[in-house]
Amino acid sequence: MKTKIGVYICHCGGNISDYVDVEKVKQAIEKEEGVSLSKTTIFACADSNQKEMVEDIKNNNLEGVVVASCSPKLHQITFRAVTERAGLNKYNYVHANIREQASWAHSDKKTEATEKAIQIVKAAVAKARLATSLNPIKIESKKSVAVIGAGVAGLKSALELANMGVNVHLIERDFFIGGRVAQWDNLCTSNDKGKDIISRLYKEISSKKNIQLYTGAEVISYSGSIGDFHLKLKIQPRFIHNNSNTEKLQKAIDACPVEVPDAFNFNITKRKAIYKNFPGEFPELPVIDIVSCTKCGVCEKICDQIDFSQKEEIIDINIGSVLMATGFDPYMPAEAEFGYQQSDNVITLPQFQRLIANSNNKLSYLNKEIKNIAFIYCVGSRQVEGENKYCSRYCCTTTIHAAIEAKKKFPEINNFHFTRGIRTYGKQEILYRESLLNGDVYLQSYEDDPAQVLIENGKTIVRINDILTKKKEVDIDADLVVLVTGMTPREDNSIGSLFKLPKGRDKFFNEIHMKLRPVETVIDGITIAGACQGPKNVMESINSGLSAAVKSYSYVSKGELELEPIIAVINKDACIWCGKCAAVCPFGAIKMENDGKKDFAIMNNSVCKGCGMCLPVCPTDAIELIAYSNKEIESMIDALL
Amino acid sequence: MSANKKTAKILVFSTEKISDPAIDMAGLLKMHYPPTAYTISVPCSSGIKPRWIMYALEKGFDGVFIAADGSDCTYGESCTEKTGHIVDQTHELMKQKGLDPARLRMAALCSVCSESFVKQMKTFNEYLYSNLTGLQQ
Repeated sequence: MKTKIGVYICHCGGNISDYVDVEKVKQAIEKEEGVSLSKTTIFACADSNQKEMVEDIKNNNLEGVVVASCSPKLHQITFRAVTERAGLNKYNYVHANIREQASWAHSDKKTEATEKAIQIVKAAVAKARLATSLNPIKIESKKSVAVIGAGVAGLKSALELANMGVNVHLIERDFFIGGRVAQWDNLCTSNDKGKDIISRLYKEISSKKNIQLYTGAEVISYSGSIGDFHLKLKIQPRFIHNNSNTEKLQKAIDACPVEVPDAFNFNITKRKAIYKNFPGEFPELPVIDIVSCTKCGVCEKICDQIDFSQKEEIIDINIGSVLMATGFDPYMPAEAEFGYQQSDNVITLPQFQRLIANSNNKLSYLNKEIKNIAFIYCVGSRQVEGENKYCSRYCCTTTIHAAIEAKKKFPEINNFHFTRGIRTYGKQEILYRESLLNGDVYLQSYEDDPAQVLIENGKTIVRINDILTKKKEVDIDADLVVLVTGMTPREDNSIGSLFKLPKGRDKFFNEIHMKLRPVETVIDGITIAGACQGPKNVMESINSGLSAAVKSYSYVSKGELELEPIIAVINKDACIWCGKCAAVCPFGAIKMENDGKKDFAIMNNSVCKGCGMCLPVCPTDAIELIAYSNKEIESMIDALL
Repeated sequence: MSANKKTAKILVFSTEKISDPAIDMAGLLKMHYPPTAYTISVPCSSGIKPRWIMYALEKGFDGVFIAADGSDCTYGESCTEKTGHIVDQTHELMKQKGLDPARLRMAALCSVCSESFVKQMKTFNEYLYSNLTGLQQ
């Protein structure tokens, strides 16, 4: 039993010490058996504290270390590394979570939070007293990664991984790649078009032999864990053969009698049942929307490459890591929210962007010429009443950019911006200035008194009590009202549910820590990138894609991973060989052996995964799990009482 | 059981990969639950020994809650059934010792089941509070 244990209690800035009396915790712990050193620290994870810990371990010959701080998911690895740097085996380190499970969970009850923190640290000390030095187990890690989502973040991640020599399975649910960026025309603050960026990325991806692209593909099941995930993909057919004649296909598209709302243009236009979203889209082969298709046979008569006999495929892939880049959905205003669906003149920002991209010569909507445009900001973002409390970050810039683009194309229009304060951060301020120089009018209100849309005598009036002019009531007779809608998490969260990915307060996928582990999830081996994690612009999405690619690469690059050396150990003397342990082991790790005196169970250490399923079935309690022995668990229970 | 307690003392056996993240996320989201619920993490809920549960109850915990892996268990599909068997086995031991079997509860908690965890802790605490006389003094 250890007698020299060092305990560090972290303030975590104020995240812990605002609710837990850390000095009181220290005083309670320093009297515990085996504790020879105890300290409080403002940030246990800070370099300075880590250096101090190394010195403490060396100078005091510490045999065990406990840090009471955040979740072990965040910093257990950090402090294990500290002990190793000090020459102490890392399995003599025990982590106590007094942030997520004490200070934050019980921030409403400070005294109780402190008491709980004391018990948690005592239990960690009890475990540390009995901890032993161990060596990690090494397993093979498949040198391939599944990137889910072929928007701009997924495409860049896939390329980065491929450039580092990893096999990539790029999985896209839609039949065409590019995600939201493909829907955008001119971008800011570059002169690129969204679809041009996607075209360039597609060409690069096509040149990589180690990227396999699946379109119309969904992950329908997964099993395994980091280093060895198994995914099952369902791939929908396009009903058109590869290498088809482009001219004939175009004639087939033109002849198709079915017209449905075009989701690519946010339903402001129609498309055929056989379609491509725009010329030059990738993959270049059109697709038949089999749900809308009436199978009238017109296209088959024109083009012999159309094949309705194609069936969906199910394929299995084996990868070491999953990179999730599934993007976002634009906010859909509720009926009557700022006149939406009450007046034909009210549309959303994505619809306006498609309208501008598709319009030439004069700007009209539903055959009505547009002169005055009113942009109402923060629709579905920064909501006072509603779920979306967050700022979507991209929409101020995108709206101002769209207004500038519209003005360039149609100089006769007037732009009126009904804002709640402009957030064109960084370089994007240049656009705001340009818009002001163009003569755009900015009006502003607070969240408790937003602009109103009034439909009167066939007119659409936008009214505001403008705080920039001492709350003067201003009415604009708008030909078109554009609701500046923010980003929301994907409405269809089936992929998140499948992988059980945690969601944060705003319902986007949640990283372990926004600064320290910004692309990792609590599911080992699964990383997140782009707007599935929260609102991001194109540049930010690409940056997070590159970051996630490097993190996923770190899981697979060596071809092997270190796992916890937690395996079950059988006490031969106590074993009476009943065979129950062998029967419950899901990995077949336990076999019977005879030494000439009796039958007994033996463990194949390289096969045991450390689940512990054999423990409770043993009638003589002859099996213990390393680091979870009866002594360790029961001493922790004693400490928690 | 000691007197003058405001909440029941609950020992939660949770699992490192599945239910721990849910319990952590409950804290992150400041979803409060009784502060006398303490967690011991294990790799898999089907590896919990009945003797640990009995030890906790006999030593003074008012209730034991198993935050089971359920169908998300990374070790195998049989986890739910095996954890259920551990609970049945322990219930028998509790009856033999004259302990109310309802003081041991189990529910499957996935890695995002924070709300469910908080709800379980509140209802379990209410049950223990109303049924264990020592808590009401």
